[in-house]
Amino acid sequence: MASIKIKAKAKDGETTVKALIKHPMETGRRKDKESGEAIPIHYIQEVTCSYQGEPVLTAEWGPTISKNPFLSFTFTGGAPGEKVELSWKDNTGEGETASATIT
Amino acid sequence: MNTNMKRRLFLKASLATGAVGMAVGTGLLTPRTVLAARPVAAFKAESVDVAVQESMGSDAMTDSGEVTLDIPDNPENGAVVPVAVATTLTGVESIALLVEKNIKPLCGVFYPGKRMKPALSIRVKVGESADIVAVVKSGGKLYSARKAVKVTIGGCG
Repeated sequence: MASIKIKAKAKDGETTVKALIKHPMETGRRKDKESGEAIPIHYIQEVTCSYQGEPVLTAEWGPTISKNPFLSFTFTGGAPGEKVELSWKDNTGEGETASATIT
Repeated sequence: MNTNMKRRLFLKASLATGAVGMAVGTGLLTPRTVLAARPVAAFKAESVDVAVQESMGSDAMTDSGEVTLDIPDNPENGAVVPVAVATTLTGVESIALLVEKNIKPLCGVFYPGKRMKPALSIRVKVGESADIVAVVKSGGKLYSARKAVKVTIGGCG
């Protein structure tokens, strides 16, 4: 399961992280068009991004974050070759961690 | 207790610690999961005020020019509304994003670390045309900004 696409770019002493997570982010209010059955709620609850093991951003999400969430932010520091790590966990207990090398 | 029993207890104990150790090692247990609880009541809240109260400890917000929201005026598709929030305030403890008319207004709460610049971009769902509200907690006080968006296709159905 490779759900995370993450890029980190350093410029002028700052690093910009862009991440795209492949996830349905179901609100639990949608119905399957053919069977008419409700699609169970399924969304990312927790996202953590760290740089060299230090948390840079942690977030708690609800189901109203869009499907296939995109997140972008900037932090001070970071140099090419260093690592940035992002992990998420959803309401079913699934999750993933991925890392990117700063360019 | 005979030797057999002792051995069994020992095995049980080592299995248990082994499982926890593995969970930490694979990143399943992030520090936040262990230390702070998710603001569950805030995500269940059906109004902006209650959601802010539950997630940030107060609902006394001040409109502030130091918080900016960058959102297209007519995003049309409510399922994917790009939102960029930024602030010139320092010492930001948390940033909450809410959509006023959504059944559950709170979209997410972000906790910037020391290094992070208090600005981020994300995409949210907007059920019907409504105000999007950003609340920034800095120095124990809440500062907010809001912007009305018009959507032609609701994004929560």
